[in-house]
Amino acid sequence: MENFTPISALCGGAMIGLAAGLYLMLNGRIAGISGIVGNLASGPRKQQFERMAFVAGLILGPLLVTIVTQSSPAIIINASLPLLVIAGLLVGFGTSLGSGCTSGHGICGLARLSPRSMVATLAFMGSGVATTYLMRHLAGF
Amino acid sequence: MRILGALFCGTLFGAGLAVSGMINPEKVLAFLDVAAIATNSWDPSLALVMLGGLIVATPFFIWAKTHSNALLGGTVSLPTKRTLDRPLIMGSLLFGVGWGLVGLCPGPAISALSQLQIKSLVFVLAMLSGMALHRGFLRK
Repeated sequence: MENFTPISALCGGAMIGLAAGLYLMLNGRIAGISGIVGNLASGPRKQQFERMAFVAGLILGPLLVTIVTQSSPAIIINASLPLLVIAGLLVGFGTSLGSGCTSGHGICGLARLSPRSMVATLAFMGSGVATTYLMRHLAGF
Repeated sequence: MRILGALFCGTLFGAGLAVSGMINPEKVLAFLDVAAIATNSWDPSLALVMLGGLIVATPFFIWAKTHSNALLGGTVSLPTKRTLDRPLIMGSLLFGVGWGLVGLCPGPAISALSQLQIKSLVFVLAMLSGMALHRGFLRK
């Protein structure tokens, strides 16, 4: 397990949890990224600016980490463009249909012990693991 | 003030994705690839990211049970739906397939835009199209 990074994973996870918790306490909203992004173009204007600010922060955060640590985080995308399009469509359609993703269901939903989020998290973890297995060990990607 | 609150939380969230390594799809796939346990090259980091996130977020959600007003104004709004229906399960299964194909989910995909890679931009545009497609279905 030479790639296992327990300390940075726990610290980064705690930052994500704090962000989700504070968004609930300060703004009264669930920090579900698929919901925030999916509703960017709809809803009352006041909430639209809030969603835009959150999304801007998501992009700003890694830049801030780059400045503080003097090194940019690795982002390695090996998938081809056609595969990225197919995967993007599935992620967009699926999170919209399933009302959430890794943040909304996986962090916020589990933190409030929501049965819907537990089922959703098991479902996307299960199909994610199965798909990665098929891709890496049977299809040879 | 609420806009500043959202900007702060979004920035902290994005920074957390960078620090944890979850901004990197290769690292996410290294978690989803559980068959790697056999070769001792599995990366369980994502599980610890979720654990760390849950430990810190839980007290805030307990607070929300007894408070109906958000600190920066407005109400605390939580989902009220309880039923385990087909859209929830079908949607989550489809999302997992896309996630397992390339290792990107919505948060990291947006945060990855910070490095101006054409591949993350293509993914985000496809993801927005997928969301719009579903919303189009709803309107019919």
